[in-house]
Amino acid sequence: MNRLQGSRWIALFGGVLFGAGLSVSQMLDPAKVLAFLDLFGDWDPSLALVMLAALATMAPAWRIQRAYDHNDDHNPPAPAITRIDARLLVGACLFGLGWGLVGYCPGPALASLALFSAKPVVFVIAMLAGMGLHHWLARSTLGSSSSAPM
Amino acid sequence: MISVTNFTPASALAGGALIGLGSAVLLLGNRRIAGISGIVGGLLTLSAGDRAWRLVFIAGLMLGVWLYAALAGGAITITIDADWPLLIAGGLLVGFGTRLGGGCTSGHGVCGISRASPRSIVATLVFMLVAAITVFVLRHGFGGGG
Repeated sequence: MNRLQGSRWIALFGGVLFGAGLSVSQMLDPAKVLAFLDLFGDWDPSLALVMLAALATMAPAWRIQRAYDHNDDHNPPAPAITRIDARLLVGACLFGLGWGLVGYCPGPALASLALFSAKPVVFVIAMLAGMGLHHWLARSTLGSSSSAPM
Repeated sequence: MISVTNFTPASALAGGALIGLGSAVLLLGNRRIAGISGIVGGLLTLSAGDRAWRLVFIAGLMLGVWLYAALAGGAITITIDADWPLLIAGGLLVGFGTRLGGGCTSGHGVCGISRASPRSIVATLVFMLVAAITVFVLRHGFGGGG
């Protein structure tokens, strides 16, 4: 097995764990997510525990990565941008607005395609259109590629 | 008044640990950040050779749902209250906003905060606050209306 095929099996395995986690925690369900965001309704703190458990798992992974990973690959994980700028803040506001309107963020929306239901499909198509719009605007106005993660 | 009748702490912790584990596999195995919006957005920008693992990861997300449904022995039910126009508006905003802001709940919220990235901490606080305000306005309105 060459390196590229290996990386695809790892990507598949990571995706399966991630998708199973979204299912177990019920984060696939927009109603469950909105119940967390609705602080003044029948508040459901579950999402906070999902985040805490995910953070508690990822924090040691970063420590292992820093300690043992010395290869000179071009992949991340070095953060490409570190400053807090208007794009970060405006982007987070627009995302927060959309998240609050429906209860879907990108991971659960994509995973929900597995349920063969019409609403997740429509949401994902609109989400891809929004991403495409950003890609097109970033290319035509800034002449550069889209913003970097973290 | 806060009541927590629907709180599911055990499944939330177990599911969150699985999400973190999936992110850790991608980080340590492939040196990739499990930021879903970044993984999907990269499909638009990068070379064909870089696209395959992204599509495979997304397929994995769905496989994970089926695997859970098979093991749990039942269909997963979800409730989407948003009507079609709201669904489309929300999708557009989530897609555009996560790319402009460089991350979503997974990229900033899980991968970024766990590495103590100030950008991710700020982004997560902002999108959570705006989402909570949006839900408040939709459900409770200004001055106790809707």
